[in-house]
Amino acid sequence: MRDFSYLRATSVDAARQAAALPGAMLLAGGTTLIDLAKCGVAEPDTLVDITHLKGLDRIEIDERGAIIGALARMGHVADHDDIKSRFPAISEALWQAASAQIRNMATIGGNLMQRTRCPYFRDPSNFSACNKRVSGSGCSAIGGVTRGHAVLGTSDACIAMYPGDLATVLVAFDATVRLGDRHIRVDDFFLLPGTTPDREHAIEPGEMITAIEIPSSAAAHRSTYLKVRDRQSYEFAAASAAVGLELESDGRTIRDLRVALGGVATKPWRARAVEAALKGKVLEPEAVRAASLLAVEGAVDHGANHYKIELAPRVVARAILKMGETA
Amino acid sequence: MMLELGLNQQPAHTRQGSSIGQPLTRRDGFLKVTGTARYAADNHPPGMLYAVLAVSSIARGRVVSLDIEAAKAHSGVVEVMTPLNRPALAVDPDAKDHPFMFRLDLLQNDGVRYPNQSIAVVIAETLEAATEGAALLSPRYETLPARVGLDGGKSFVPRGVGVGNPAVQEKGDVEAGLESARTRIEAAYETPAQYHNAMEPHAIVAAWDGDQLSIDTPSQGLAMAQGRIAGLFGIAPRNVHIRSPFLGGGFGSKGMISGPQVLGILAARLVGRPVKLVLRREQMYGPVGHRAPARQTLRMGMDGEGRLTALSHHARTTSSTFDDFFEPAADASHTLYASPAIATSHDAVRLDTGTPLFMRAPGEATGSIALESAIDEAAHACGMDPLEFRLRNYAEVEPMTGKPFSSKALRECYEQAAEAFGWASRPLQPRRMRDADGFLTGWGMGTATFPALMFQAEARAVLRADGSGLMETGAQDMGQGAWTAFAQIAADGLGLDIDQVDFRAGSSDLPNAGIAGGSGHTATAGMAIHNAGAAVIARLADLATGNEASPLFGAGNEGVLARGGRLYRRDDESRGESYSEILARAGLAEIEGHGKGAPDPASQETYAKHAHGAVFAEVKVDPDLGQIRVTRLVGAFAAGRVINPRLVRSQYYGGMIWGVSFALHEEAVTDRRSGRIQNANLAEYHVPVNADVPSVEALLVHEDDPHVNALGIKGVGEIGITGTAGAVANAVWHATGVRPRRFPIRIEDLLG
Repeated sequence: MRDFSYLRATSVDAARQAAALPGAMLLAGGTTLIDLAKCGVAEPDTLVDITHLKGLDRIEIDERGAIIGALARMGHVADHDDIKSRFPAISEALWQAASAQIRNMATIGGNLMQRTRCPYFRDPSNFSACNKRVSGSGCSAIGGVTRGHAVLGTSDACIAMYPGDLATVLVAFDATVRLGDRHIRVDDFFLLPGTTPDREHAIEPGEMITAIEIPSSAAAHRSTYLKVRDRQSYEFAAASAAVGLELESDGRTIRDLRVALGGVATKPWRARAVEAALKGKVLEPEAVRAASLLAVEGAVDHGANHYKIELAPRVVARAILKMGETA
Repeated sequence: MMLELGLNQQPAHTRQGSSIGQPLTRRDGFLKVTGTARYAADNHPPGMLYAVLAVSSIARGRVVSLDIEAAKAHSGVVEVMTPLNRPALAVDPDAKDHPFMFRLDLLQNDGVRYPNQSIAVVIAETLEAATEGAALLSPRYETLPARVGLDGGKSFVPRGVGVGNPAVQEKGDVEAGLESARTRIEAAYETPAQYHNAMEPHAIVAAWDGDQLSIDTPSQGLAMAQGRIAGLFGIAPRNVHIRSPFLGGGFGSKGMISGPQVLGILAARLVGRPVKLVLRREQMYGPVGHRAPARQTLRMGMDGEGRLTALSHHARTTSSTFDDFFEPAADASHTLYASPAIATSHDAVRLDTGTPLFMRAPGEATGSIALESAIDEAAHACGMDPLEFRLRNYAEVEPMTGKPFSSKALRECYEQAAEAFGWASRPLQPRRMRDADGFLTGWGMGTATFPALMFQAEARAVLRADGSGLMETGAQDMGQGAWTAFAQIAADGLGLDIDQVDFRAGSSDLPNAGIAGGSGHTATAGMAIHNAGAAVIARLADLATGNEASPLFGAGNEGVLARGGRLYRRDDESRGESYSEILARAGLAEIEGHGKGAPDPASQETYAKHAHGAVFAEVKVDPDLGQIRVTRLVGAFAAGRVINPRLVRSQYYGGMIWGVSFALHEEAVTDRRSGRIQNANLAEYHVPVNADVPSVEALLVHEDDPHVNALGIKGVGEIGITGTAGAVANAVWHATGVRPRRFPIRIEDLLG
């Protein structure tokens, strides 16, 4: 077998130092990394196991917001009473992600780092061209099987879809990734593929996600995650929307609106144009449907994924209207 | 082999008297839920090595080079088997002596004829070393363009379809029937390639001892596997010992021994040590069979009363470039609906894929989804309720042959399922029902049918002086419950309570139980067991009735009953004695009897033999988002004698869920440039999860069939998938007004 070293980190600093070495990777729940190692995409020389670090699995909530430790398990966060009541979209997104078994293992930090399901990316032994794996090698997906690929944020170099649910909620609510002392907005943490699809995150060697911080807001409190998919569970989104809504005291005028899309873009996709078009307007179905079309402005399809351009605005509109119906 | 029963694993419903008909729990259930059931890959004989396949990246061409040195240099790698050093076989793997001898890829040359074809085998001390060794082979290829899809080649009419049926059949004058019709429909449907995806991958542990070959591998047909392996290696079948106590699903893909399994045996031969070879999930998409895609066109004509005047069903399907298996999809139109004129036909193209094989109602499932969809369209075109339309065209005799049915309780199935479902309140027009959440609700139905097949089987029965019994037959339990149902038949056949019977199965060293396939295993091996029991009881009766000291003396064989371990006089049940007493008097430790199960040729000639059923489905469709969910399934099935209602219901549930899977989930998606399947894993090749099937009900409709066999058993394994797939499609139409033309039905088909 291919040998690698296994280190069990004893502190965050030790983990960072170990992970800074070339060929080193952090290991938490392992639900992504081991999968990728099996299909030959990840070939670490060193695994730095951080699952034994103390205190990184805490969930702290106060009036300013929530801080979720990087090692908190998906299932634990999904089931947390304060998360459910104050950030319902987070709980809903996590519940609808993966399977119960995976949610029991996978961590929040690792969830952000999960990689695309593009079948060409995941199959290095049969498709050598993948700019995400090897910069400049080409893209096998373009012209191939594309039903699950992105229609937003794509480039000539890569059309791989970002598959996660949680991060879609996080970008909607201006969450921040804590890399120790450096804090970076989730929206900036995920990078567009451009000409460098191999670089997916604004994280430097020697950095490690320690927590996610989500500021409290009225919109986050009144939020939902709507996931449309081909089967009821254990399935990635055909299109999804994270939506948060705050109404004026008249109960019908939109004061604040947050919209982000999943399942359709190369990164968690904030739909600011939809938000801008509806803020200050009265919440009514026709206006919502019209504004939701802005969610896919600039979308480009590659054949079989064309339906996502049709579907995504409908998902957005449904989620907004559903939030409007809740008191 | 014998099932190792745990101490607290007694059957939950042990009872006196008849075992047949009782809902016994699975006798192997305890072993399975505690993880102690030993599947093939759980075996580790001393000195065992691990073999890993290297498989082809390309669909068509040849292997130009393999870096064997690099693989052999890797620590732990013992040997690399390629066409250059593969041990000789007694038979060319490309030879085909009969239609069910499928060509195998056993490293006979450097050619590549489909993706994931085996091109080398790496054998190592550990699984990890073998896996890495296979990666280090870094094959280079000479590549030819892949032939992909239903239009990927020049079409031709196969010489036969399915198990040798004519590809083209006609009764009456279809064109005239269409011409004279008041109403006509023509409809086309496409279904995708599907892969069996049994939970347990094909696995083999093989060990040679001289010319004796010991094998642990899952097999739906032990005797066939034994014969095929013996032929390939030029040894006597009795020298091949295959154990297959449990299969983690087969669905047809373990009916024939596959190439990779034989490569495991070859690897063991090459290195002179036991070898284990287990397919990776993605390696199951190629060498172990699949269901071919199909494009079906149906034409129907109806008179003013909605009676069919003509029915024409054409199916385009595919096979591999090097072997023949053609799904007999159009033959689904032979048996269900009465029509004065019926024409069925097939054509096919050859693609760079592995050879398609039997998969979950091969032909019946594919044909049924198209036929039942078209019947629904025809009913709508006539302005009739789909159930009323089906009853109007109810076949009193088998439509294509005119033979009477051996039994057919389909009317009762329609009635009972429709009643349980609440069908009567269904609006005729589509898009008329919405639920409280605004989802479009649709109700659809389909007729289920599957032939009542029998093959050949043998069994051996023993009665022992201690009053216990033994029944042996090499039956295969792939999850359907053979360990339990056959023990029930054995208990009744021996006149013993089930806990007095040792039942041995799952080994090629036992009498040939025939194949666990074609939904015919219970009937076939069950009859062998039944007859073996009768034979040994007859011997016992001879001993008793011929001995003056016995209270049964002079009663004659016909005058004796066997029950609860005793023989009784038929005319005076107060006179009897135990098996032990009879054997003790005769001074015998045990006696044995043999029995066979086989179809009766006379009744085959006279009767059409089929199981029937009716399935009703409710779906909900989001009107804006196109998301489809099946919310309710009700099926009623009549399949002759029910040996174990718990297991039978479970088979129907499974079949109905496969029907949902066919309609909404399963599809192998091929990259047209490379010919490779791009969703060769269980995350992206979808089957339903529990949440996709919230409510399933299966009603068992009573049916006595005096003609199929003495036990009256038809078969229940595959019928559930038929009917259901069409019922779901028809429910989607009823919900949305959109007629599904391709399967699986996707969100994008309903976005409008």
